Amino acid sequence: MAHARADVNPRSAGSGPAAGPMLAARDLSVEYATDRGPVVAVDRVTFDLDQGEFIGIVGESGCGKSTLLFAIAQLLVPPASVTGGSVTFKGQSMVGLTEKDLAAIRWKDMSVVMQSAMNALNPVKSIGAQFKDAMRAHGVTSREQIAGRSAEVLKMVGIDPVHLKSYPHQLSGGMRQRSMIAMAMLFTPDLVIMDEPTSALDVVAQRSLMIQIKELQQEFGFAVIFVTHDMSLVSHFSDRLMVMYAGQVAELGATRRVFDSPLHPYSAGLMEAFPSIRGPRLKLTGIPGSPPDLARPPQGCRFAPRCPKVMARCETTPPDLYQVDGTEVRCFLHEGANGLATVTQGEE
Amino acid sequence: MTELLRTERLTRHFKIGGALSRRTLHAVDDVSISIGERQIVALAGESGSGKSTIARLLAKVYKPTSGEIYFQGQPVSAIRSRQDRLRYAGLVPMVFQDPFSSINPVFRISHGILRGLKLHRPELSRPQRRAEAIRVLDLVGLTPAAEVLQRFPHELSGGQRQRVGFAQALALRPKLIVADEPVSMLDVSIRIGLLNMMTELRDSQGVSILYITHDIASARYVADRLIVMYAGRIAEQGPVEDVLASPRHPYTQLLLSAVPDPRAPLTITAETDRGEPPRVIDPTPGCRFRWRCPLAIDECHQVTPELSRLAPEHDAACHVARSGAEVRAFG
Repeated sequence: MAHARADVNPRSAGSGPAAGPMLAARDLSVEYATDRGPVVAVDRVTFDLDQGEFIGIVGESGCGKSTLLFAIAQLLVPPASVTGGSVTFKGQSMVGLTEKDLAAIRWKDMSVVMQSAMNALNPVKSIGAQFKDAMRAHGVTSREQIAGRSAEVLKMVGIDPVHLKSYPHQLSGGMRQRSMIAMAMLFTPDLVIMDEPTSALDVVAQRSLMIQIKELQQEFGFAVIFVTHDMSLVSHFSDRLMVMYAGQVAELGATRRVFDSPLHPYSAGLMEAFPSIRGPRLKLTGIPGSPPDLARPPQGCRFAPRCPKVMARCETTPPDLYQVDGTEVRCFLHEGANGLATVTQGEE
Repeated sequence: MTELLRTERLTRHFKIGGALSRRTLHAVDDVSISIGERQIVALAGESGSGKSTIARLLAKVYKPTSGEIYFQGQPVSAIRSRQDRLRYAGLVPMVFQDPFSSINPVFRISHGILRGLKLHRPELSRPQRRAEAIRVLDLVGLTPAAEVLQRFPHELSGGQRQRVGFAQALALRPKLIVADEPVSMLDVSIRIGLLNMMTELRDSQGVSILYITHDIASARYVADRLIVMYAGRIAEQGPVEDVLASPRHPYTQLLLSAVPDPRAPLTITAETDRGEPPRVIDPTPGCRFRWRCPLAIDECHQVTPELSRLAPEHDAACHVARSGAEVRAFG
């Protein structure tokens, strides 16, 4: 199936290749103002994303992954706000843009697919009407164009265009999530941001949606930021993987590398916690304890209280991100390391 | 194996639609399962496959449309008096999916446990109840138990709260705990601890557990037997390792092939299934998986397949598998 890159954009801003990466986050920090003082939910996160790249961001609940994504898309609302760092998208700084500037970018250059399509779609409007709203907001007024493109994107995600007349409650969970993705494709954006789009789906529907996303990405070449708590889900789809813990990047590297030889004890622990249906039945240990309260983070390494490899200095000094063979890892084990050591734990 | 609970052609239908469009949703049809003493049985399937309806039937939240549940040989439908109902509820308690909404937030942890004890074990004195509460919190690994008793739910993490759910169930000296997706809301690193706790409870307390899950991989780590449901019927059941190693039903094969496994290479094949499970409304006879099944034969469209024994203790409801042909539909 070959779909032409839709040229329904009247202001057809030639998204010329800007110098440098398409998206660059530099020391991005987000704080929530609470009664107990500010809580740093995202702590100096830095990463680049190139045209057509797929990055997976994984971590447990409360690790800041969704907040990071909201900060990138400029969707934060008080009490959360960006307190430091920058986000540059196609050469333009995102922090501090007005709602009007943002409205011009959203859907057209950057789309966001939310976790729960049930809540993200308007329940009292048909799917087609919601597609129409998004297109009209960007100046597409021709009825044929709207109808044509709406049917086209729905076909792209494997849904019969008759469902343009359907309301969200008439679709299954998988179809709702697919139609959200179809909506994100209306203008063939350069970046699609996804926040746990498959978490409400069953494994079979989940895999089929992932394959669909990957096929669309290969066809249209957009970049993807994919946030999930399920590391195994992105293992076959993302180019790079960012593991977050307690608001910070714990490890960032090529997905295959992170899976095959995790450097951070937390990444290693996450791997060991996944039950596998193939191969021998290993004894699983999980990671004891729970993530820290971000209002009172540990003084040293944030993972130290749960870490099986903890050393004396981990309790007192927070580690930096260290470079090991193109991977970044926040752990003293790899300070000035030669990249040979990998940690494994809980093996029997 | 001593049998603890058995269901015989357990069926539950729901009436849906208005007065003019009466239709029947077949949530559970003809489910016959057996749970032994000291056994963890996993009930796996996609949402809408009827697994939670079975949990509610076993807990007597719903009455079966037809069929019967036998607990320790006695029909459960015969339970009438308040005393007998309380006794059954204590022997077969439930643990729920969402630890954030299943514990009353305005009371301390002690409240739920002590209340259950007062209701179900009135013979205990006040100090005895407290000692019992401390014992069950210890059993689920919440220590120091005396201190945890005084905490409020919001002071505990999701994993800890789910352990409180198990402690409340254990206080009733249950024979069978019906756990409906007990770990699906928890973070990956926390889940394993809870799954390990379930196997410890089986071994140390001799309790049986019906572990309801959509995560078939986790079933492998706790369960002795696995039952796979599809659209309200049992597709396949057997010892967990047998079912995972040699699944006989095409649906089980599909389910297993879809489990993401970072350790294995991805196979995107042309025939990768993109269907969804049906809502079973006024079904006609025939296999409910036939629309998605690449192996479907004529018989599958006319006759509903019954479970047949294909290996020791290993059954599947598939015409093709029963005919002796090798089933390789997915994966």
